[in-house]
Amino acid sequence: MEIKKGIGVSPGVVISTAVVLDAEDLLIPRRQVETADVPAEIKRVEKALAESVADLTRLRKETAAKHGKEIGNIFDFHLGILRDKTTLKQLLTEIQTNQTTAEYAVSVVMRRFAANFLKMSDKYLSERVKDVYDVERRILRNLIGQKHKGLGQLKQDVIVIAHDLLPSQTAALDRAHVRGFATDVGGRTSHTAIVARAMGIPAVVGLGDITSEVSGGDTVIIDGNRGVLIINPDEDQLIEHREFERKLIRLETELAELRDLPAQTLDGHVVSLQANIEFPEEVRDATHRGAQGIGLYRTEFLYLASAQEPTEEDHYNSYVEAIRLLKGRPLVIRTLDLGADKYTQEKAANPERNPFLGDRSIRMCLHDIPMFKRQLRAIMRASVLGDVRIMFPMISTLMELRQAKMVLKDVTEELEDENQPFRQDIPIGIMIEVPSAALMANHFAREVNFFSIGTNDLIQYTLACDRTNEKVAGLFCPAHPAVLALIRDVIRAGVRNSISVSVCGEMAGEALYTLLLLGLGLTIFSMNGPDIPEVKKIIRSTTMAHAKQVARRVMSFDSERQVMHFLREETRKIIPEAF
Amino acid sequence: MPNACKQVLVKNKLGLHARPAMQFVDMANQFTSDIKVLKGGEEPCEADGKSVMQMIILAAVEGTPLTIEASGDDADEAVRRLGDLFDSGFGEDE
Repeated sequence: MEIKKGIGVSPGVVISTAVVLDAEDLLIPRRQVETADVPAEIKRVEKALAESVADLTRLRKETAAKHGKEIGNIFDFHLGILRDKTTLKQLLTEIQTNQTTAEYAVSVVMRRFAANFLKMSDKYLSERVKDVYDVERRILRNLIGQKHKGLGQLKQDVIVIAHDLLPSQTAALDRAHVRGFATDVGGRTSHTAIVARAMGIPAVVGLGDITSEVSGGDTVIIDGNRGVLIINPDEDQLIEHREFERKLIRLETELAELRDLPAQTLDGHVVSLQANIEFPEEVRDATHRGAQGIGLYRTEFLYLASAQEPTEEDHYNSYVEAIRLLKGRPLVIRTLDLGADKYTQEKAANPERNPFLGDRSIRMCLHDIPMFKRQLRAIMRASVLGDVRIMFPMISTLMELRQAKMVLKDVTEELEDENQPFRQDIPIGIMIEVPSAALMANHFAREVNFFSIGTNDLIQYTLACDRTNEKVAGLFCPAHPAVLALIRDVIRAGVRNSISVSVCGEMAGEALYTLLLLGLGLTIFSMNGPDIPEVKKIIRSTTMAHAKQVARRVMSFDSERQVMHFLREETRKIIPEAF
Repeated sequence: MPNACKQVLVKNKLGLHARPAMQFVDMANQFTSDIKVLKGGEEPCEADGKSVMQMIILAAVEGTPLTIEASGDDADEAVRRLGDLFDSGFGEDE
């Protein structure tokens, strides 16, 4: 039994079996084998060890020839581990006594070995844990090269443990069986956190080196509320957490009763609560939780889920599905917002030095007009089937907006020529997520029908802070007075020009900021579905007059700590169980 | 069966890391005797001198006193030559 503390980024408690997803996507589930198959598994592991030795011997020779004998010798330690009688003995014991697959045995033995390294206080020695991981992967690659059947598919419910989930990995996941996530790195706004909240399953991130501490097959408890992960819990903890799990479900039901009530303050001010989604199927869950529409449909997943670029029909079919499930409620489709992540950087011929300031999002689309047009055509064709709106991300200058609108105009002309129907007056909006756009909101407001503030990027660009870099993630804070001033001004510009303004970043779903955003005059909150009931509860428990007071007070503070402290106190007064 | 043992000190600055551990294990495997390396102190432990996995886990940093024990026909020679390795700092430093 071991308790690890991380950052809880998606609430809930779950008890399940772990699968460890390493950088190479090798899934090592615990798999028992029949007694009769034990000798076969032993043969496999012996063969994999021999193959690994052969690989390394060759590699050592090549490296020595190229870079000198000294460098070649770095493989000696790897070879030493592979030839070590203790290694073999432990592997055989694991397979024989626990009747597991060769893969699982390798994973267990090497991780046990690695754990010894992690305990060492001497930095130079403990660093060698990387060699152990390297050896583990080499053996596993050889084992998996032997095409073991059934590996990599989920047949039962699991908790996914990974260093950091890549968008491409989550897109390919068998979502039906994933009950929770835990990762080594990440923060509240990391990809893992966003996906987990969208799926409504618990997640804990920033756990340090959890991928080496958990072995596939371990029983794991994830407590997304408290940010805790427990490896191989004892009986008491199992009982306690099962009870907690039940309590949360009760709370959920209570919140669900709010679903059909309007998001209206005690003094009659009404706002709209909408949901952010990644997949059309999420509409069902979102409306179930009371979403009055989709304020942000992220379309990147169409690109990430498969190796090929999506066709116009792929786009169209997804949009039609979302529209159908929405039954007339609004759907804001954000055009492709890819770039700056590992996925595109890995594919790029010349990886960018500064991808977050590089060729991403609308910039990338304007550099690849045929791709951009495919998506726009699909959106326009779908626009006649429901209340569809179009939103351009990452706009930083008026020129970009005008260019994007020109491309859209081209598309509508093409459709006209083809006699394809589309909605003439489709509302066009932009994401406000770059400080330059926020500062020029008054100008933009004259050329668009709506704004949506993307707080995650707006914070990152305003505070010059990469939220996924653990060393500086602490600087990332929605409560920073500079960020709040930008948000206030964008909302004002919207009001002055009579266009609607929403917040679709994480901030919209955080109970801590509900009073403030309401008081600043925000009318549309778009968040992950599971957050809707709590935000609604706060709105229904306060008055607009009070929210305005809170906002005025907050805007007078000069530090994020003051802001957060004050907001926490004010929110607790309304619903004491919020924090 | 002949037994032999010898006290040694880790002299090299980086401690008994991967390379020296391999050197030790390679040499230990040339002998027929069983070879053990013992570490005292707050967390005493013992390693099979022929297993690099076990040797490295000793986490013997510079200045750690260790005991080499051998039992077998060539115990004396094993202990002497393995001890020399430690005394020479595994050919590292200076």
